[in-house]
Amino acid sequence: MDICKMTALELGRRIRQRNLSVPEVVNAYLARIEAIEPAVNSFVTVDTERALERARKVQKGIDDGTYKSPLAGVPVAIKDNLCTTGMLTTCSSKILGNFRPAFSAEAVRNLEKAGAVILGKTNMDEFAMGSTTETSYYGATKNPWNLEHVPGGSSGGSCAAVAAEECPFALGSDTGGSIRQPSSFCGVVGIKPTYGTVSRYGLIAYGSSLDQVGPVAKNVSDCAAALEAIASHDEKDSTSIRREDYRFTEALVDDVKDMRIGIPKDYFGDGLDGEVKAHILNAVKALEEKGASVEEFDLELVQHAIPAYYVIASAEASSNLARFDGVKYGYRTEDYDGLHRMYKKTRSEGFGPEVKRRIMLGSFVLSSGYYDAYYLKALRTKALIKRAFDRAFERYDIIAAPAAPTTAPKLGESLSDPIRMYLGDIYTVSVNLAGLPGITVPVGQDKKGLPIGMQLIGDCFAEKKIIRAAYAFEQGKSWEAPEISGVLTQGVPGRDGISREGGR
Amino acid sequence: MANKISDETIEYVGILAKLELSGEEKEKAKSDMEKMLDYIDTLNELDTEGIEPMSHVFPVNNVFREDVVRNTDGSKDALANAPLAKDQGFKVPKTIG
Amino acid sequence: MAKQYETVIGLEVHVELATKTKIFCGCSTRFGGAPNTHTCPVCTGMPGSLPVLNKQVVEYAMAIGLAANCEITRICKFDRKNYFYPDNPQNYQISQLYLPIARNGYVEIGTGKTKKRVRIHEMHMEEDAGKLVHDEWDDTSIVDFNRSGVPLVEIVSEPDMRSAEEVLAYLEKLRMIIQYLGASDCKLQEGSMRADINLSVREAGSDKLGTRTEMKNLNSFKAIARAIEGERQRQIEILESGKEVIQETRRWDDNKEYSYAMRSKEDAQDYRYFPEPDLVPVVIDDAWIEKIKAEQPEFQDAKISRYREEFGLPEYDAQIITSSIHLAKLFERAAALCSKPKKVSNWLMVETLRLLKEHGMEPEEIRFSPENLAKLVELAETGTINSSVAKGVFEKMFAADMDPEAYVKEHGLKTVNDEGELNAVLEKVIADNPQAAADYRGGKEKALGALVGQTMKAMKGKADPGRVNQRLREMLS
Repeated sequence: MDICKMTALELGRRIRQRNLSVPEVVNAYLARIEAIEPAVNSFVTVDTERALERARKVQKGIDDGTYKSPLAGVPVAIKDNLCTTGMLTTCSSKILGNFRPAFSAEAVRNLEKAGAVILGKTNMDEFAMGSTTETSYYGATKNPWNLEHVPGGSSGGSCAAVAAEECPFALGSDTGGSIRQPSSFCGVVGIKPTYGTVSRYGLIAYGSSLDQVGPVAKNVSDCAAALEAIASHDEKDSTSIRREDYRFTEALVDDVKDMRIGIPKDYFGDGLDGEVKAHILNAVKALEEKGASVEEFDLELVQHAIPAYYVIASAEASSNLARFDGVKYGYRTEDYDGLHRMYKKTRSEGFGPEVKRRIMLGSFVLSSGYYDAYYLKALRTKALIKRAFDRAFERYDIIAAPAAPTTAPKLGESLSDPIRMYLGDIYTVSVNLAGLPGITVPVGQDKKGLPIGMQLIGDCFAEKKIIRAAYAFEQGKSWEAPEISGVLTQGVPGRDGISREGGR
Repeated sequence: MANKISDETIEYVGILAKLELSGEEKEKAKSDMEKMLDYIDTLNELDTEGIEPMSHVFPVNNVFREDVVRNTDGSKDALANAPLAKDQGFKVPKTIG
Repeated sequence: MAKQYETVIGLEVHVELATKTKIFCGCSTRFGGAPNTHTCPVCTGMPGSLPVLNKQVVEYAMAIGLAANCEITRICKFDRKNYFYPDNPQNYQISQLYLPIARNGYVEIGTGKTKKRVRIHEMHMEEDAGKLVHDEWDDTSIVDFNRSGVPLVEIVSEPDMRSAEEVLAYLEKLRMIIQYLGASDCKLQEGSMRADINLSVREAGSDKLGTRTEMKNLNSFKAIARAIEGERQRQIEILESGKEVIQETRRWDDNKEYSYAMRSKEDAQDYRYFPEPDLVPVVIDDAWIEKIKAEQPEFQDAKISRYREEFGLPEYDAQIITSSIHLAKLFERAAALCSKPKKVSNWLMVETLRLLKEHGMEPEEIRFSPENLAKLVELAETGTINSSVAKGVFEKMFAADMDPEAYVKEHGLKTVNDEGELNAVLEKVIADNPQAAADYRGGKEKALGALVGQTMKAMKGKADPGRVNQRLREMLS
């Protein structure tokens, strides 16, 4: 038996049954990380000491009944834009290279209350700006399925870590597809919840009106359980929403009978890779065979979502990232003459090219004389996009779509042309603009062996519907881990003679 | 269409954003921004007449805090990450009196 | 003939609200404290922190808006104002531009026939910045975020004022309204009330506005008056020399009595306002407005009429007492305790104002309590102490609040009402001053005064001078 192959819920169960101890589990993952990291680079920080100490504490807490949750004792990796008390939180940027927050993000606190053990912080595109995890100051993360390919982004570290079995589940954040797209590229399950479902307190903001924290895991059940653990109404986040129902695991039911699925025609046109298209349509067919009804429809405004998104996200980012100025925390340039030189040199040396590009664009679209033409126009477009989804959800329970136009591109192929890179977000950004929930679930692999994910989009607060559909689809398929070339993945201690639970 | 970004504009945006670009970076920034703005201009195809700009997706209003002091001395945490500190404050190059 | 110029002035007044906590976090707004002790992740701009609006700020802002005859904006929102400065921890200030809480109001300045309306363009809520302390030795500044996030309202007037006097009257009026509401203590010196002045000049009779400048750093009424005069002169000189006034922000140096242009090229004043995504709209319904209206205090005009009708005070006295909420409260409380409103009013109008002026104090600095003032009035009115003793006791009370009853007792200042004792003294005085007694008897009314004075002296001031007078007349008749 291999601990690192287990799902989060299975680990939790075994830990509660005293079948595995928390330190034993944590040690197994730390060993796995040590073996995998040189090849994959999923993590910016691995805090071995703290993880082991915490593992002992959690074990005690489980023994004395403090921790009862399904995730008690289960290790987790946290995207490096979520604050963790005293633990480096860099946003994969040089400018925050030495930053240790005084508080933990609410989502992280919720996980800790559930008894999860943090292994470390995962790599990402710098300040979540990117779709490949190549813009990280700490080096690109590689796709565990093929180390010459990107894992997607910006939560590429979290998704690669789950795929490479360096952790059973992880937290990511999604501003324009940053959970759903890398989940697709890495063959894992990721949820971007309805805006306001998970507190943004402690999430270092990129585009505040679009950002949401969400889980990444090996399967839908783990993902639903993790979402249930992190979602909460938080008085520290004014945009947090008090929901009536946080019991997302109740939706883990293999039943899609009479579920109405809409297929946006525009999502399956010329821009979509043939293999990706075929696999997703096959998956939809599988749901149809289980009793769902499927219909094509015109979503409209598909082409306009990306420009609207980049205006809004860049504008908010230009303001959100203004605080990184060398005064209160993080990097400050060595030599400077006067305040404004200090600001400019610190920021120019501290931020990478993609971040600077978006800050420049965002500052420009908000500047005097352009606000109406660009920013307000984008907010009006956003209103139209929301309306288009509202109309769609009058007719459909969920929308099935790709998460990206292709499978994971090769390293270095995307960054040269920003517009081409931004076009890759075409199926994901509208969901953020409209505040909707979306889930990515693996549906197969292309001929090169790279994973393909299907995105299921729900109406606001309809996480349960997309979870149910994803769960139903997933039935009968088992977790498939990539074989990571050139990495010795044996030698991780396991126990034999204990049967694995469930059909997975 | 075909936006043109001048040197002055890049310089000006650099002042607003407190970013200093090298000559090469400046040229790249100009061409990137021109391309992006051309792309963003495709929004003008949309008729948004009479549409209210939507900043918040959900009609959530009136989220308040009561006026009760909850925080204690925060100076240690505030200064823990300061690049330069002095007299329990953040040290910066002199601002104009 | 020299051209005549008219000065056109509009004001941006910042008022720090009297909330216990900051506008977006639970940190104390208490003045002072070691640097950065009243801070948290929110008001120091820590990554990941988020603002949550203090409800009391909205209620104070609504109250001020209503008192200044404004329309309350039913859906009001916050915007970010982006600019880099070390006292601004996020490098944006959360403020309101597009949908401020109140608009289109006015206040009346002056009295009687010279009443004038100064219109209020808008009023908005925002957060204050931190404090910079400059270190001259090593060319650095130190940032303290204790004031960062203290709630402010900014009240923006129309350019309706024409002189320094009108500006001061407007500021006094705003200060009075806000103090009545208890929304701020409005102290210019401590910075809880600050005014930026937008000033332009134009040829008399013209109805076109000239180019204006904005002046900052004005921390007293006197500085404001000097700055207006200085800037007016500067602009006229520019126009007279055929040049044009540049629209800019200037900093007033009250020592040099001159203003200096503040901004450099690095401070492009392009604030890139956009809706604050971290805060949700404030929606204000009729019920909320009615509630705030119902809580509004009785303002000056209403108080003046009531003081005249209910207490029979002269208009002038009522006007003076109500010009400060502190005086008005003191008056009402003391009058209620002793039921002698006119006497209380007299103590305030004469002795209190005299002493305030002598010490250069504001009414809110008065130390004695209404209870003790009421006691003093009682002591004086019942003849327990005579008026000159009362004046002396009052001065002591003004210097350091104390119980006048206890003081009178302790120092034996009670008027002697023992007829036997009084008669004995009177007889002695008459015997010792035969000439004065004879003069009085001979019809010299004036001579009586000397005898009264001798008697009072002999009794160490503790006799009732009226009674002494009366008894002497009887004894000498």
